[in-house]
Amino acid sequence: MRITTTVNGARREVDDVWEGESLLYVLRERMGLPGSKNACEQGECGSCTVYLDGILVCSCLVAAGQVCDRDIVTVEGLSDQQGLHPVQQAFIDCGAVQCGFCTPGLVVTAHGLLARTEHPTDPEIREALAGNLCRCTGYEKILDAVRLAADRLADTPAGSAGRLR
Amino acid sequence: MTSAPTKVPAAPSETAALRGRIGDSPLRPDGTLKVQGEFAFGSDLWADEMIWGVTLRSPHVHARIVSIDVGPALATSGVYTVLTAEDVPGGNVGLDHADQPVLATGVVRYHGEPVALVAADHPEIARQAAKKIRVVYEELPAVTDGRRALEPAAPQVHDGGNLLRHLKIRRGNPDPVAPVVVSLDFEVGMQDQAFLGPESGLAVPDDAGGIDLYVATQWLHADQRQICQALGLPPEKVRLTLAGVGGAFGGREDLSIHVHACLLALRTGKPIKMVYNREESFFGHVHRHPASLRYEFGADHDGLLHYAKAEIVFDGGAYASSTAAVVGNGGTLGLGPYNIPNVQVDCYGVYTNNPPCGAMRGFGCVQAAFAHEALMDELADRVGMDRVAIRQLNGMREGDRNITGQLIDSAAPVAELLQLVQDMPLPAERLSEDEFDLLSLPGGVSNTTHGEGVVRGIGYAVTYKNVGFSEGFDDYSTARVRLEITADEPTVTVHTAAAEVGQGLITVEQQICRTELGVQRVVVHPRDTQVGSAGSTSASRQTYVTGGAVKAACEAVRAKVLERASTMLDLELSELVLDGAQIVSITGDVVASLQDVLGTDAVDETVKWSHRPTYPIDPETGQGDAHVQYAFSAHRAVVDVDTELGLVKVIALDTAQDVGKAINPDAVVGQIQGGSAQGMGLALMEEIVVTDGRVRNPSFTDYLIPTILDMPPMKIEVLEYADPHAPYGVRGVGEPPTISSGPAVAAAIRRATGKALRRVPIRPEHITEG
Repeated sequence: MRITTTVNGARREVDDVWEGESLLYVLRERMGLPGSKNACEQGECGSCTVYLDGILVCSCLVAAGQVCDRDIVTVEGLSDQQGLHPVQQAFIDCGAVQCGFCTPGLVVTAHGLLARTEHPTDPEIREALAGNLCRCTGYEKILDAVRLAADRLADTPAGSAGRLR
Repeated sequence: MTSAPTKVPAAPSETAALRGRIGDSPLRPDGTLKVQGEFAFGSDLWADEMIWGVTLRSPHVHARIVSIDVGPALATSGVYTVLTAEDVPGGNVGLDHADQPVLATGVVRYHGEPVALVAADHPEIARQAAKKIRVVYEELPAVTDGRRALEPAAPQVHDGGNLLRHLKIRRGNPDPVAPVVVSLDFEVGMQDQAFLGPESGLAVPDDAGGIDLYVATQWLHADQRQICQALGLPPEKVRLTLAGVGGAFGGREDLSIHVHACLLALRTGKPIKMVYNREESFFGHVHRHPASLRYEFGADHDGLLHYAKAEIVFDGGAYASSTAAVVGNGGTLGLGPYNIPNVQVDCYGVYTNNPPCGAMRGFGCVQAAFAHEALMDELADRVGMDRVAIRQLNGMREGDRNITGQLIDSAAPVAELLQLVQDMPLPAERLSEDEFDLLSLPGGVSNTTHGEGVVRGIGYAVTYKNVGFSEGFDDYSTARVRLEITADEPTVTVHTAAAEVGQGLITVEQQICRTELGVQRVVVHPRDTQVGSAGSTSASRQTYVTGGAVKAACEAVRAKVLERASTMLDLELSELVLDGAQIVSITGDVVASLQDVLGTDAVDETVKWSHRPTYPIDPETGQGDAHVQYAFSAHRAVVDVDTELGLVKVIALDTAQDVGKAINPDAVVGQIQGGSAQGMGLALMEEIVVTDGRVRNPSFTDYLIPTILDMPPMKIEVLEYADPHAPYGVRGVGEPPTISSGPAVAAAIRRATGKALRRVPIRPEHITEG
């Protein structure tokens, strides 16, 4: 089947998609966007988190056929010509990245949290990130990164308007 | 290749405005790519004409293969080839002992053993075709219990019996007695490394019968050796490059897709990509050994240990992997960091028809620590002593000898580490019922309690772990360092084969080069087999051993540059210092630029570097200098337990660790945090449930690892007592936190509940029953 959809602001069209393929597979193997990660492929780890029409989803649980004419933003779409998004920079600065396999999903999830909640409390951060598994860090530096990103975003003149593309 | 010069010119002064030397915490060079999703992990690779490989695995625990019919699979549209054992040109593989066929040959010995391979132009077509392979099995009696495997009537997993290794330690009085005797039996379940990046890689055939393999792994050269064995090819035809590694923790030390992808690529002439899904990943790598432990400690009435007896059985599963070395660690270190004059240890590694077990972070020490720390608490209670004080009383100090008779010849701060964690502030008391936060309670937002039935407990544990490979292993690393001027700027390129698995070794290599050569710009070459072996990324050894090799290679480069300068300027070598872009005299005057000395040349040195030797232990007494170095850590856990439902919330997990020298302090803390989480996971939730040899929970739905809601805040104290035998004084960091955190959590739950809890992971029913 043919899938026509918008990914990171660009119209994309792919052919010969097998009906059983997930959005994750189509992004990774057919669109050249392997940033969303294949850690469990059953909705348990959050590594493949993307925005679908502005809502965070596990792309491994979305059938490719469901995304026709919809709007997808992946981790590759968070940074722009000006550079990294503050959430991405905070993950680097806080040492929240080790192997990095969970990182794209966590970055997108944290991006979503901060778009909804300007200054999340620690329990709010934990609850928002509870669906994202990380095996390397023990999560402490990920908490640090989300706190730092929240502070930096609050200092950004664009404020919340600059948060989501 | 040269050896390191004996007289080493001085390193550049520390006053230079250089960022990211050792002791700093520069950011990791791959961070930007990783946060953007642009970093190429093994599963992200792609090549023109690439097709997909999948594995057919055994549904049986132990069975004879009567016949295999690949016809229907091969006839499937889109399928390129189907391979079985007959198509493997070479011999068996195995990390220490080549006992495992690449594809099952006549018999399957565990649930999940690879039997056949399929290559097709879509992964789903390959999977569907694999299901059409008709394998007729005849089931055989199986042995699925480690202790039963040693009984004479047990089914034999391999010719030659089920005993893989029996390690004996006999020290002091063979018939010791003591006024206070405590004993226990302990069981440890099978833990999984559960790295997030699944086994993956890309094999690309060349047109001369050779292959390039890009793979996520821990030890490129051990892989290369085994692939060559299996394919019957010389090393120059089997070239490996490290693909991005999504965590390892021991689970990538053995082969996974390696030979399979190469076989399919060589047969089809096409690049083959293989990526396990999560279910296959649980079958596709070795796990932490389940263990059965029987311990007895004898002490005087003041709590001073007089003797210890231990019998440990590690279930190695169907193939050896690194079981013999795990037995080596479990046996020699399995009584913990305590002075014990009279010792009898029998440590066994056995074959069973369970899934193969091998390396996982903590490597044999993790299982033993649960037993010795539970028994220390028991002893403290029996003699009426504080649980920390009894550990301090018996704890090793520098200058003591351990149970194999080896001198502890650098810092052994057991008492100090315990004191540090004991003195850390405790978390606040539980909030009263009208201001509670569900997330802070056992059961969390499941809303199972508002504090009723919840009891708090505090537990302590301490451990020590060897760093590097032991018992006489030729443990070395190789580093190539090149210094040149590029675009008017001094540039260092560092090339090693050491696997970066997320721990940050590439950052450490850059820091060492900056420190030794005074050059800001350090390029890390991709890791491959074009340079000599770096040894395994395991045993907490890479900062020590590959760090040592990089340091030595830098010293060789520095010596060469200064020799050139000395000749060119007609100045005494001993009066010259290399300081980044300049050659400086010992009085501080700039005498030449590096550009003047090098011109368009590069200075390029390769050094093979070994740590001081270790020795095999005596087969009868277990005495000997088995290990290179020891690393110590202590944890304190605070838990709240819902005693009615058996649910546990870890409130705090605090730790102190001696790291010798923190090359990258932030990365050290990251290792301690992540390692502690894995130990906590084993105490509370992580187990591959194996029933009669069958794996019951191969998914992240049923195999649970700690989430951000499970992991408490941690207070961390890092000590830096330099080891005079190690480069910069470093001590391995990665493993100790995984060893002492779990026993501290278990101790805290025992304290809260008063239950014996002689098995981990501790499940709710263990807390509520009886």
